[in-house]
Order: sequence, then C-alpha cells, then structure tokens
Amino acid sequence: MEDLLNTPTAFRNDAYAKVTGIAKYADDITIPGMLHAVPIYSDYVYAELIAVDATEALKQPGVIAVYTARDVPGKVLFGQIIQDYQVLADKYIKTHGDVIALLVAETRVQAIAAIPFVRIEARELPAVLDPEVAMLPETPLLHPAHGSNICNEHCVRRGDITLGEQASDVVIEQTFKTQRIEHSYLEPESGIAYLRPDGVMEVMGSMQHPFSTRRFTANTLGLALNDVEVKTIPMGGGFGGKDDTAALVCARAALCAYLLKRPVKMTYTREWSMRESYKRHPYTLQYRMGLSQDGIIRFAKSRFVADGGAYCSVTPWVTWRSTVQCCGAYSVENVHNDTYGVYTNNIFSGAMRGFGSPQVNFAIEQLIEMAGEKLGLDELEIRRRNMVRQGSTTVTGQVLDTHVVSLQQAMDRVLAEIDYTNKRSQCSFGDPAQDEWYGIGMALSYRGMSLGAEGVDFNSAIISVQPDGSVLIETGIHENGQGSESAMILIAAEHLGIPKERIRYRMPSTSNIPDGGTTVASRGTILGGGAVVNAAKILKNILTTEIKTAKNIDVSSFRDSGLYDTNNELVMSWNDAIKLCYSRQQYPYAFGVFQAPKVSWDEHTGQGNAYFTWVYACQAVELKVNPKTRQVTVLNIVAAHEVGKAINPDMVKGQIYGGLATAVGYALLEDCKSENGKIVPTNFHNYRIARATDLPEMTAILIENHDPQSPSGAKGVGEPTLELLAPAIANAVYRATGKRFYTLPIRIEL
Amino acid sequence: MIITVNNKEHQISENQLETKLSLWLRDDLGLTGVKIGCDIGVCGTCTVLVDLAPLRSCKVLLKNAIGKSILTIEGLTPADGSLHPLQQAFIDAGAIQCGFCTPGMVLTAFALLAINPQPTRQQVRTAIKGNLCRCTGYQQIIDAVMLGAQRMSKQ
Ligand code: FES
Ligand code: FES
Repeated sequence: MEDLLNTPTAFRNDAYAKVTGIAKYADDITIPGMLHAVPIYSDYVYAELIAVDATEALKQPGVIAVYTARDVPGKVLFGQIIQDYQVLADKYIKTHGDVIALLVAETRVQAIAAIPFVRIEARELPAVLDPEVAMLPETPLLHPAHGSNICNEHCVRRGDITLGEQASDVVIEQTFKTQRIEHSYLEPESGIAYLRPDGVMEVMGSMQHPFSTRRFTANTLGLALNDVEVKTIPMGGGFGGKDDTAALVCARAALCAYLLKRPVKMTYTREWSMRESYKRHPYTLQYRMGLSQDGIIRFAKSRFVADGGAYCSVTPWVTWRSTVQCCGAYSVENVHNDTYGVYTNNIFSGAMRGFGSPQVNFAIEQLIEMAGEKLGLDELEIRRRNMVRQGSTTVTGQVLDTHVVSLQQAMDRVLAEIDYTNKRSQCSFGDPAQDEWYGIGMALSYRGMSLGAEGVDFNSAIISVQPDGSVLIETGIHENGQGSESAMILIAAEHLGIPKERIRYRMPSTSNIPDGGTTVASRGTILGGGAVVNAAKILKNILTTEIKTAKNIDVSSFRDSGLYDTNNELVMSWNDAIKLCYSRQQYPYAFGVFQAPKVSWDEHTGQGNAYFTWVYACQAVELKVNPKTRQVTVLNIVAAHEVGKAINPDMVKGQIYGGLATAVGYALLEDCKSENGKIVPTNFHNYRIARATDLPEMTAILIENHDPQSPSGAKGVGEPTLELLAPAIANAVYRATGKRFYTLPIRIEL
Repeated sequence: MIITVNNKEHQISENQLETKLSLWLRDDLGLTGVKIGCDIGVCGTCTVLVDLAPLRSCKVLLKNAIGKSILTIEGLTPADGSLHPLQQAFIDAGAIQCGFCTPGMVLTAFALLAINPQPTRQQVRTAIKGNLCRCTGYQQIIDAVMLGAQRMSKQ
C-alpha cells in the first residue's frame, strides 16, 4: 500500500512544538511572583459612571488592588483610527462589554471570587441600538467629540445613474441583512507583562499585532514606544479578532504590572471574550440595479449601513472595502454607493477575516442571479456577460491590466470540478413531491489585495547570515497560526538557493524590526514575502560584490547551496562565500523593504486605483434541505482561488478549507445576537460554530498566475476564502427550496 | 488516593478532590498541552485520555479520576523526542495551523484508532465532532488521521 501522501509537503517551523504540546501560548507561561488580573464589568449598556467602590473587594483573600480609569498614568482613550476606545470606562459606560475596573489578586481563583464585591454606581442612559436611529439628527451623540453618530462615510460616484435607469429594461430592488458574528478563535485573549530590570515593560500575549499592542500599551502607560517591548509567542487563532481587544488585554496586564511592579497575567474566560471582543459588522444593504435586455448591468445604486457599535476600531477601513467592492466582481458603468459606519451602544465591530466583503457578496451574488432570472438568462450566462476580465475597469475606475484577471478561469475550474451544469438540472426548487430537496449554487468574487488606499502599506525583513552559513530571518509580519513564518522561510530558501533547514525565523519582537503595520488584509505573504525577496537581493549583492573584488569573478546565480557564474560553473559554495565575506570584514546582513505600489483614492467621488493588485475566486456548493425539519446539509464544496504563487501549497489549501468552514457557519449556523445591547451568546454551547460533522469533504483548487507586482509572485489567500460561500449557499438553498433568503444566517421558513 | 498521569503516579490529597482535572494538570503538573478553550466542556481543547477514553478534563474533578490512568499529549510523545506516527501525520498532512486544538485532536484521534484502526473518513469526522477547530475546516485533520492510521497499520 502506498503512503497516502507520497511526498509530505506541508512545512511549518512550529509544527513539532504544536503537535507535542510544548508550544507555550500566553496562558501557559508563568513568571515567579506573578499576579492575576481580571476585568470588572457592569450590567449597564449605556450609563454615566458615578463611582466604583472597591472597599469590600479589597478585603477579600488574596486581593491586591483594584484599578479604575483614574489609575491610568497615560491616556485612557486609544484607537487605531479614532481615539475613542477606553482602556477602562472613564466617565461613561458606552457598551455592555466595557471594563470598569481591573482586580488584581495573588491567584486567578481569588481574583475571580472577588469580582462580585466591586460595587459600581452609575446612572442609566437610554441606549441607542439601531444604527438608523443613531443617524437621525435628533439622536444624542455617543461621542460628542466626533460631532456625529456617523463614524465615517464613503461613496462611489461613477457615470450617471439617470442614464443607467433610462438604458435599463428591468430594475430590481432588494434589501439584505447580515448578522454579527464572533471570530471564535479557540484561544481566548491573554496577556502577560512584567517590568524588566532595564526599565522596559515587556509584554507577551495572544494578540495579532505586536506593534498595535505596543501602541496601546505605551499609550496607556504614558511611555515612549521604545519603553515597551512586545514579543510574539504562539497564538491560538485570530481571524482579525485579536487586535483592539486583545491589545487592550495586554495593555491592562501591563498597567497592573506597571503600578504594582510585579509580573501580571490577564487571561480571559470565553465568557469575557465573547462579551467584550469586537465582532464582524452587521450590515443592511439596499440595492437597486438595472439591466438591459442583453443582460448588461446598466446601473447599480446601493446604500450600506454598518453597525460599528460603541467604538470606531477599524470601521472606516472595513466599510471602505465594501464601498470599493460594492458591485462585486462585475463591471458597471453607472454606480452610486453610499456607505455608513455608525456608532451605537452595541458591542463594537472591527476587523474580521473577509473585512467588509462577505456582506456585500452575500447581496450582489444573489442579486445577479435574480436579475438573470428576470431576463431569462441563466446564472452562469448573466455572470459571464458582466464579470471583470483582463483590462476591465472596476467601479472605482481602476483598469485591471497589471496582472492576470483569472475570474473566468476560476469559474471554469469550479464548474467543471463540481459538474455544475449537469447537476443543476437535478435541483428541487421546493418540489412538494420530493421528501428531500437538492440544490447547487455558486458565487464569484474579486478582492483588492492588502490594505489598498486604507493605509500605509510597507514592510521590512532582515536576513542575517551567521559565520557558519546558517541564516536568521525575520519580518514585520506576525504569525497568527496561518504559517506566515514558514512561508517566509520558504521564500528566503528559494531566493538564497539554500535548503529551508538552514534557515531559522528569529523570535519576533517589536524591538528587533521596524513596525511593519498589522498582519491583516491577507497582506502577510505579499508584503512580508516581498521584503524577504528584496532583502535576499541585497544580501546576494553583498556576496557578489565581495567575490568580484576578491577574485574578479562574476556570480550570476545562487542555487543548491552554491554560487554560480554566467557559464553555470560553480564559483564557490554558500558556506565558503559567507566565510569570505566575514574574512573581508563584511557582514552578510541585509535589511530589505517592500513598499506596496502606489494606490489612489478620491474620497469625494469614490474613484481611484484602490488596490495595487486583485485576486479572483469562485466557490460552489451542493446541499440538501429537509422540507420537514428545514435542516440544511452541506454535501460538497469546491473552491478555486487565484493565489499568485502558492509558496506552501498545503498551507494555502488549509487556509481555503478553514475559510470555507467559517463561511458555512456564517451562512447557516452563527448568529451573535444582541438583546437590548447585550450579547446573548456566552460560550460555544450557545454560539455554534461548524463542527466536523457539519461539513462535507472540500476541494481546493489553486490558480497560480505569478503577480509581477509581488516580488515573490504570491498574493494573499486568508480572507478571500471566507467572502463568497454564504451567497453560494443562499443560491443553492434557492435552487433546493425555490425561495430566496435575504438575511443571514439563512433560517429556512417555508 | 492516586492518579496516574503519563505513567507516573501522583498522590492526591483530600483538599484537592474538588479541583478540576484540567487545572491540576496545567497548574500543578505543568502539562500545558491541555488547553482551555471554553472551560464548560464543549470545545474539546482540554481533551485527555482517561483509561484511553477521550474526556474533557475541564468537566472532570480529581475525585472522579482517582485510580485512573491519564494520558496527555506530553505522554503520547515518545521520550526520545521522536514523534508518534499520528503526530507525524498531523505535521505531514498540514493539519496544524494555530495549534490550539491540536493536542485534543491528536488524543481524540489516538483513542479512535485504538478501537478502530482502519476508520473511514466519516468515522473520523464523527469521532472528532467534539473537538472544535476554527482554522482548518477539519479537512486536513481528517487527512492526517487517515494517514496516521495507514502508517500505524504498516508498522
Ligand atoms: S476547555 Fe474543556 S471542553 Fe473546552
Ligand atoms: S488549528 Fe487553530 S483551532 Fe485548530
């Protein structure tokens, strides 16, 4: 019998530690003399905070201190875009997840036992929970300093909607709603901090962005950035969710450590995590779309309202992506979009894998099929007539000509793999004669890579070759569990022409390498990898120059642990080249930077080259619906994704499978409901994510067209995987039941 | 009162009886391969084998583990630092991402293979249904268990 895997290809530098249990996550670390901090919440959603009385709590066994906003030496407010997020509630409690105080005790058990003894006095205020109400001019302001309950707005103005209306033979209007969901990383937030002998506050924690955590911590403590060092340790999942809240958990641990001069750990329970951590934005999306008889979309008018909750977080960026991608993967001449991120007293919303596109795709990928049906065109034909192709112009006026536009390729591959056209004829459409309904559905998407005009987009890498020829690398990208360090090692190995086993990834710290921005937006491989390639170039240049000076030989390539000349003759081994370098008092050390190519954006017209490159995807799903129980069973999923270049193919596939699983949850299972401003789910028993038995076998197809604008050729894959399965499922449910569902999660009511 | 953990006997005192097995393993024995994802018995990250049956250690009190033999991920790893074939299969099949679910998954799969050395993919799926994973979609975890089963049967 052959090994199921002929050649094992999966590579992870952390796999051994993780599979043996020796990998230390934040809560696994203990420091002698360490204290434990816990958060104190109130039962208010919106209130004026009058007093916190810790007298009784301080009498409880083991309790050392209770801290409130008054004890914060630095600033109470922080935030990545707008500084409105309170490290501890100051004068107002603005949402149910607000932490009013921190309680520190000798043991965690003692700390938790003392929580009920902290008394909170507050005057309740009427909470605003509906974003539409929040937007009304008469509604009191949640953040008076901001001047409006509209946190941000974006628009697209392209062509002329009136002309589009005139050219249209059919017009459809539909409103869609998407729910709030929880990231559900398996490891709850945890932070551990201690003051080092050199006066630096050292922080380790379960967070996605060490530099973001450093900013939060320094801001809270009133310190300079170099007074805080954040170190990266294994993290149990993030999916966009371990930024603001996780950074604050670390900052709070640091606050206690700073005030008490003792190490402090703060580990969240699942209940605290679900209550306090930000979620995916719930959206309301209203569309009006017109098409001419030939199936061409003539105009699309849309209005999106995103509930940002009590704090800004990255709502302006999330909603900006929705704006840019407001018509999905289709070219539309006349476009009018308004998007609002709105403050309410709900739990705040922030980054989550997908970042503003899953909501839009849920709408547009159903709308296109509804339009097709009105025109008598099938769901594939209507897409083919409108989808972006090589040289197409996007709704923001960007011409897609710098890379291969592989949307059609992705679609063809998926349809063939799942045998779409044959299976389509078997769909039930709610046939009362059948006791089980079958449906198949698909969806397309395109996605701007990396941050785009959202932010400053650059990254760096250091390659330091040791005297024995072994290599240390690091980048400003963070390992979130996705395998970014392994991808960087593979890229370095390829470009230096040495085996990956000779390369180690240096334990990352905010004091080693410049701030590379956050590891979000699927930018890890493209930005970090780009910096590694550029550092490798510089390093090779150092070696080439030394050899030229010493031996007058031109080196032209690096491979198989050797340096070769233009005739492909071996000049010297890698090790000898490194030795030569050191003997000539030259360090084989390189610092490489990758700056994302220029992007542009006009806030007033919503036009510009929003992203420097794009990826394309198609996903299809088969499912059955039980007409009696309304139970949906997913039978099969096929996904094709443009990845530029698959650096670590098994890990790329892993990203796709993981994204699909979460998308099944988004479509059918998950709903982080809020009642009167309080999040209802508390743990995984009442917040259901997909289990192995909820999922079918999945097929991942990688489409590789190396991107000329990415030095490594690679693009990103983390987020696109999660942005289009919900509409594919909705489309399949339609073909099974004969009904369309415009609200997530899909609850079959017949 | 004795509990055996990874083949080593531990004396339990009266005042420890109400302690959760998960906390005792983590805090007192330093076996931090036992992860706490939910602490209410629904996520499976704290899974250990109690007399070779996978149990959620956050739902077990020490008083209910007296006289039993417990295996954690640390105990599954051979003492010479090599890997159990099932562990190696998890690596080779790409079944590890953030790794937080991994110890529990490996132990659950190990228990399955002990009673069913040649499972179908569907049987693996059912066996790991109590272990949540948010990263992998379970696909490569199932691949890993199938691969591990195959390699173990060849040994
Ligand atoms: S921590 Fe025990 S089952 Fe989740
Ligand atoms: S690998 Fe992250 S939860 Fe399973």
